[in-house]
Amino acid sequence: MSIQVEKPTSLNMLGLLANIWAWVRKIPPVYPIFLLIAIGVSQLNPNFATVNGIMAFIRRAAPLVILAMGQLFVLASGGFDLSQGSVVTLTIIGSALIMHNHEEYTYLAIAIMLGFGIVIGLVNGFVVAYLKVPSLIATLGMLLLVKGGGLYWTGGAPKGYLSEAYRFIGRGYIDNVPLIGRFPVSGIVLLVVATILIILFHKTNLGKQILAIGDNAQAAKLSGIKVRQIRMIAFMISAITAIIAGILVGGYGGSSYTAGEGYEMQSVSAAVIGGALLLGGKGSVYDVAFGGLTLEAMVSLLNLLGLPKPYRDAVQGLIIIGAVAYAGLRTRKRD
Amino acid sequence: MTTKTMIGNEIKRENIFKKIPQVYYFLVIVTIVGITLDQVFANGNILSNPVILRNILVRSVALGIVAVGQTFVMIGASIDLSVAYTISLTAVMTSLIIQGDPARTPMVIVIVLLTGAFVGLINGLVVTKLNVNAFIATLGTGLVIKGILNGTFSSGSMGSVPKSFQALGYEGFGPVPYSIILLVAVLLIGWFILSWTKYGAHLYAVGGNILIGRLSGLRTSRVLIGAHIISSLTAVFSGLFIVSRLGAGTPWVGPDGIYDLESVATTVIGGTALSGGRGGVFGTLAGVLIFGVIDTVFNQLGVDTYLKMVLRGAIIILAVASYSVRSKREAA
Amino acid sequence: MTDEKRNEKSPLMEVRNISKAFPGVQALDDVNVKFLPGEVHAVVGENGAGKSTLMKVMAGAYKPDKGEILFQGENVFFTHPVEAQEMGISIIYQEFNLLPERTVAQNIYLGREPSKFGVINLRQLNKQTEEVLKELGVDKIISPTSLVSSLSVAEQQLVEIAKAISLDAKVLIMDEPTASLTNTEVNLLNDLISRLKVKGLAIIFISHRLFEVFEVADEITVLKDGRHVGTVKTNDVTTEDLVYMMVGRTLDHYFPPLGMQEEFGEVVLKVENGSNDLLKEINLELRKGEVLGIAGLQGSGRTELAQALFGVVPFNTGKIELSRKTVEINNPNKAIKRRMGFVTEDRKSEGLLLMQPIRDNMLLAIRSLQNILKFVHKEGIQRSSSLVSELGDQVDVRVDSFDREVQDLSGGNQQKVVLSKWLASGAEVFIFDEPTRGIDVEAKARIHDIIRGLTKQGIAVLMVSSELPEIIGMSDRILVMHEGRIGGELPAESSEADIMLLATGQKNGNGNPNTAANGRGEK
Repeated sequence: MSIQVEKPTSLNMLGLLANIWAWVRKIPPVYPIFLLIAIGVSQLNPNFATVNGIMAFIRRAAPLVILAMGQLFVLASGGFDLSQGSVVTLTIIGSALIMHNHEEYTYLAIAIMLGFGIVIGLVNGFVVAYLKVPSLIATLGMLLLVKGGGLYWTGGAPKGYLSEAYRFIGRGYIDNVPLIGRFPVSGIVLLVVATILIILFHKTNLGKQILAIGDNAQAAKLSGIKVRQIRMIAFMISAITAIIAGILVGGYGGSSYTAGEGYEMQSVSAAVIGGALLLGGKGSVYDVAFGGLTLEAMVSLLNLLGLPKPYRDAVQGLIIIGAVAYAGLRTRKRD
Repeated sequence: MTTKTMIGNEIKRENIFKKIPQVYYFLVIVTIVGITLDQVFANGNILSNPVILRNILVRSVALGIVAVGQTFVMIGASIDLSVAYTISLTAVMTSLIIQGDPARTPMVIVIVLLTGAFVGLINGLVVTKLNVNAFIATLGTGLVIKGILNGTFSSGSMGSVPKSFQALGYEGFGPVPYSIILLVAVLLIGWFILSWTKYGAHLYAVGGNILIGRLSGLRTSRVLIGAHIISSLTAVFSGLFIVSRLGAGTPWVGPDGIYDLESVATTVIGGTALSGGRGGVFGTLAGVLIFGVIDTVFNQLGVDTYLKMVLRGAIIILAVASYSVRSKREAA
Repeated sequence: MTDEKRNEKSPLMEVRNISKAFPGVQALDDVNVKFLPGEVHAVVGENGAGKSTLMKVMAGAYKPDKGEILFQGENVFFTHPVEAQEMGISIIYQEFNLLPERTVAQNIYLGREPSKFGVINLRQLNKQTEEVLKELGVDKIISPTSLVSSLSVAEQQLVEIAKAISLDAKVLIMDEPTASLTNTEVNLLNDLISRLKVKGLAIIFISHRLFEVFEVADEITVLKDGRHVGTVKTNDVTTEDLVYMMVGRTLDHYFPPLGMQEEFGEVVLKVENGSNDLLKEINLELRKGEVLGIAGLQGSGRTELAQALFGVVPFNTGKIELSRKTVEINNPNKAIKRRMGFVTEDRKSEGLLLMQPIRDNMLLAIRSLQNILKFVHKEGIQRSSSLVSELGDQVDVRVDSFDREVQDLSGGNQQKVVLSKWLASGAEVFIFDEPTRGIDVEAKARIHDIIRGLTKQGIAVLMVSSELPEIIGMSDRILVMHEGRIGGELPAESSEADIMLLATGQKNGNGNPNTAANGRGEK
């Protein structure tokens, strides 16, 4: 049996306070930060704190949260996936093209896109794991490949549009939900994806092995972990979440060529705000999901403060830097 | 790996061929393949028309100048992803401030150089003092510049650059274009700093192992900040060149040319490791020329713009892979 | 030098009442030592005794909480290691502080490059380096313009020493200088040290290798739990005395008794004619319940043999049989499936996940054998198991909670966690590579006990070690490697001389060197 050190139960106030403080310190900062921002937003826009407002927020935030959770798998294994944004765009313009004049191809389009996601993830994983190209370069290269490929495929000009059925996923609501009234479909997708990813990362071997690889790939390998295959799986998860996010973004905003811009940076920042270490070995899907919510809430806040779009980019840049700087202060692998 | 003992060990004579960066062999191969393709599938203009050859070089100038700066930061184990927006910023500022008036030229140059240095300083400070990963830090500053640019300068009257300024982009000293002189100058200065100065030696040390640098008493923060300033300054020079060719500056010149990704890629292909501590500008030059040749060949072959993007991505991956596949370490 | 003359010398460097604490531990407690010029002074003690801390305080890397440092009779105070360096105190760490991609000259003069207006005078740089190398007598072996990455470990150490000389060092501190050197290189280092002694330097070194300490040191200081136990002259003590001072225990508790003939079972691992790029014609057999020691000089292929057996750098030709079945082991995953375990040379970089909790480290190997979609449990591989705590007991990991990150543990405890990882995966063949490197005497003994305990359970152990006392003390049979081949086999309790003869290739293995069936009671 393990040797536990028993903490003496204290009846006096100081001891109690100390215990509470120790527990508070363990809470990842993303939760209080999110709370603060959410409060800030609801002050500026009272609608935000209503059920309707919350539902609208979830609908808007779902794609980023899904992306961030997928990105976590790659980050925890010690890499980066910078191709997520271009995959989002590809999903949108590709689906529009497939459904051009053929509304009934909705499900076909989704299936084809998911297939693309698997292939893109496989290639990313292969290049990093077997060709040993640093993931920074590999996924940036893939970004070009996907962007150029998508533009070439669709001929560079908007062609087709997304069917109603398709768009329902991203912007529709389920009505007549008890208590809440209506719940966004994208929220349901988010919950399903989140559940699957939480189980995979926290409850199965896969998550433990990914963390092992991110912590010390050599030790993992010598302990029997099939490092290369696991890395490929991580990239596949990241790519598939990008496809799913793309379907949601397309539904919400319609077909557009710039829809995916910047998403990869946002997903990395959301993950970092949620406490993922950029060098791998640490992370939690719950925290990262809230990181996504936090980032989305910050965007809302900036909107409400009346900042025009371009300046929002600027502020986002500052936020990203701030998040990483703060994270750097908290945890660091000791030499 | 055989272990060597001290007994019977002789000093290896320096092999001259080892001194030429590997990447030049690549360049030769790429050029030969490119010329062949051109002969077979296109007009064969590359060999017959000297203007095209000159264009390869000119096209490489913008990328080449900023890649030299990127080489500096990467030797320092850092990275600068804000260069694309710094280029845009320079182009826009130049064109706006100069407003077609040649007398303002020197003033404008000073202003943009100072601005660039400031950007580099910020990058360096965020990386060294706030301890933020350089990738995130420079991407962040890039976004900030992007935001400011797009917000402040909406596409309206952008001003324009006077003819005399455009000389940089089009005229030359006899047969040699000014732009190439600029590139060569930047290259030589870069090489000199890296190989001959204390600063250069310290930069290699800081990039190779920052702890050793500190233990030897180096001011590691200053060294890194300096590298970032150099990188931003080269971005400014690149921007000046670009605006001299375009006649006016727009906020999207930087990102459109994907100068950030390409400067990183050409540096890595040129033999400078992402992990720092080694490499040099001549390797990077070869990387830039490789891209220049490939670009020109694609143009001659009439390849679709978007396909070019696809091929570029593939080439970057394959070129880096050809090095990394042989390394023993796992990548992340 | 006679004792009288020695007493007349005043110390070159002295520490008085030095104390240094870190969160949770008093690393140094009122330590007083004098270091004389022209002498070699060894500092020994268990891990955590404070040796490294003391050296770092003297080199200016740490500031003492209390006490003073005297150099040449004067009180000194450092705020940065560079100041100590400039004063003439140089320290060479176990992991050298060299930049592999830079030349010898660039490394030696980093930060002090001869220059004018910021431009380095390359010719001067190389010339100065040449002179320093000449002073050390190694200018024929090392060139100022060679890249450090092209030098051997011993040569790199020489560069570090050259750097110290170029800094006009009067005190040279070395941490485990012989850890990665071959015997020949150790001798050359000792020659060099003698020459430096004559120049009047005070040479201080930390070592776990007591037999080396006796060969080279004039005086020995023993630290224990941060306190100064004593400083003795080498001639006045024996190894037993020293160990007693270090742990309060005599030497005969050092190694557990060897295995007995009846305890050795059938052959569980057999290699026939195994070869790859670095190994040639390997033939060996390993029986259940025995410890097979693998000895040899550095570079003879010991680690490569372990790596080949485990599939890290597999054999290209030949046959491996596990329990009489021919198997192919070309990656670690296969080896682990076949119930092999590999405790590597460098636990931090190859054996442990430093940021993960102890329990995840313990379960690492066994989890790698299972389906990636299998649910994980904190305590073991099934919901109801208490595997982690059982393992903790079995290997005697001393910690308050298994949720602690492994990087917080001492070296000895870390090694125990590595061991438990393989126990968890049910390994029946354990391969050890330097099982007690960098571990204090007490934990060393514990690990030796555990290894012998494994064999009592019928586990077969193959142990690679560069420490001859460990080989002699632990092995039931000894195979000696030489230049990628098995040079010969020796029985238990062979002498160091016998082992060295085979290791240097002077005696050929007679006929069948490596099978247990040498008329020694195999069925």
